[in-house]
Amino acid sequence: MIALLKRDLALAVRAGGGFGLGLAFFLIVIVLVPFGVGPQSELLSRIAPGILWVAALLAALLSLDRIFALDHEDGSLPLLATSPLPLEAVALVKGVAHWITTGLPLTLAAPALGFLLNLETGAYAFLLITLLIGTPALSMIGTFGAALTVGLRRGGLLLSLLVLPLYIPTLIFGAEAVRRGADGFSAANALVLQGGITLGVFAFLPFATAAALRVNLR
Amino acid sequence: MSIWEYANPKKFMATTAPVLPWVMWGAGVTLVVGLVWGFFFTPDDYRQGSTVKIFYLHVPAAMMAINIWVMMLVTSLVWLIRRHHVSALAAKAAGPIGIVMTLIALFTGAVWGQPIWGTWWVWDPRLTSFLILFLFYLGYMALWTAIEDDDTAADLTSVLCIVGSVFAVLSRYAVNFWNQGLHQGASLSLDAEENVADVFWYPALVCIAGFILLFVGLVILRTHTEIRLRRARALEARMRA
Repeated sequence: MIALLKRDLALAVRAGGGFGLGLAFFLIVIVLVPFGVGPQSELLSRIAPGILWVAALLAALLSLDRIFALDHEDGSLPLLATSPLPLEAVALVKGVAHWITTGLPLTLAAPALGFLLNLETGAYAFLLITLLIGTPALSMIGTFGAALTVGLRRGGLLLSLLVLPLYIPTLIFGAEAVRRGADGFSAANALVLQGGITLGVFAFLPFATAAALRVNLR
Repeated sequence: MSIWEYANPKKFMATTAPVLPWVMWGAGVTLVVGLVWGFFFTPDDYRQGSTVKIFYLHVPAAMMAINIWVMMLVTSLVWLIRRHHVSALAAKAAGPIGIVMTLIALFTGAVWGQPIWGTWWVWDPRLTSFLILFLFYLGYMALWTAIEDDDTAADLTSVLCIVGSVFAVLSRYAVNFWNQGLHQGASLSLDAEENVADVFWYPALVCIAGFILLFVGLVILRTHTEIRLRRARALEARMRA
């Protein structure tokens, strides 16, 4: 499993493109928002938690179709399926690798972008924590969506249609926690529920992902 | 004699074909009776006036929108476990009906909300959940059309349906957490203390029965179409070979 994780990370870093692209997209969306809604600081600071979360979610979506597509094209996916490693573990590792290459950089970059949107001082810690808890769920759900569409030639658009509705609970709890943090309320409920979603997603979705992969490799 | 015998497409076709016209006529008659009764022979609500009559379309459509998803979940499970093609095709057939029911519920809801709440749309938990349900139907149907191989499509959509069901329920409660709304609570429950008055309740029951019959009839019809389509394609393939 560790070897597979290292291989995926090395591929993501050395192949270029995908690794930095998500971050750049995140930055551009955040920069575009003030042009769309106007430069008033109070307005921006009120919508900042939601915008940051939605932008992070879209940025994570960008690189999803690469999770299995490259392995599918060069034939290493059937090899992985016949290796002694169970396919469920492969799915889990793929999700973790996607998180390390996109979710983690997004989380670390988010506070810096928070300044651009004039986020409330109290909310930075919550932004960091919710993204840290929530983005792994985004990666794992996305891995499931990628497994569903791996055999399709034009899977990218369909992938977003399938995955985005599944992101709704994570988004709600994440943005709500940051908003409550910004307003000075207790965000414990939202944080706990979001943690629950992430844990549940990691417990069950590798099995669904592996099932979908087996169907596509048949 | 077990229920699984009807999983044979031939047996399924032969059994349901004579039933189909009865179901369709039954649906037509109950819908006409229920809607005419509801629209013309019930008193106006003392606060909402005659707008309350949208109820006879809104409530059954909304109930069906949810129940059709549950039916798709069950047929998907049957397909994954017992590999009966009729089951997968019934799930495929139910999808478009479900999305139309969701649209009817959303549309009549907007028409009803405008005079009563003064707005076409609010981000109320119930309304939002229905919009999310609509998106789930959309993704499910898009996956069916995107995959060429029939069995692969049936497998993958079944997996999506199961995972989607879990997330649909999650979203329903997450949305509750996010916003408290304008929509009233349940008023047709069998066990609740306070429900709608009997004058409205009986025509509503007839309408619900009509919607259920209509759905059953449409699903049978569309499943027949899918089976025939598959037979035609098999024949074509054999002729080319």
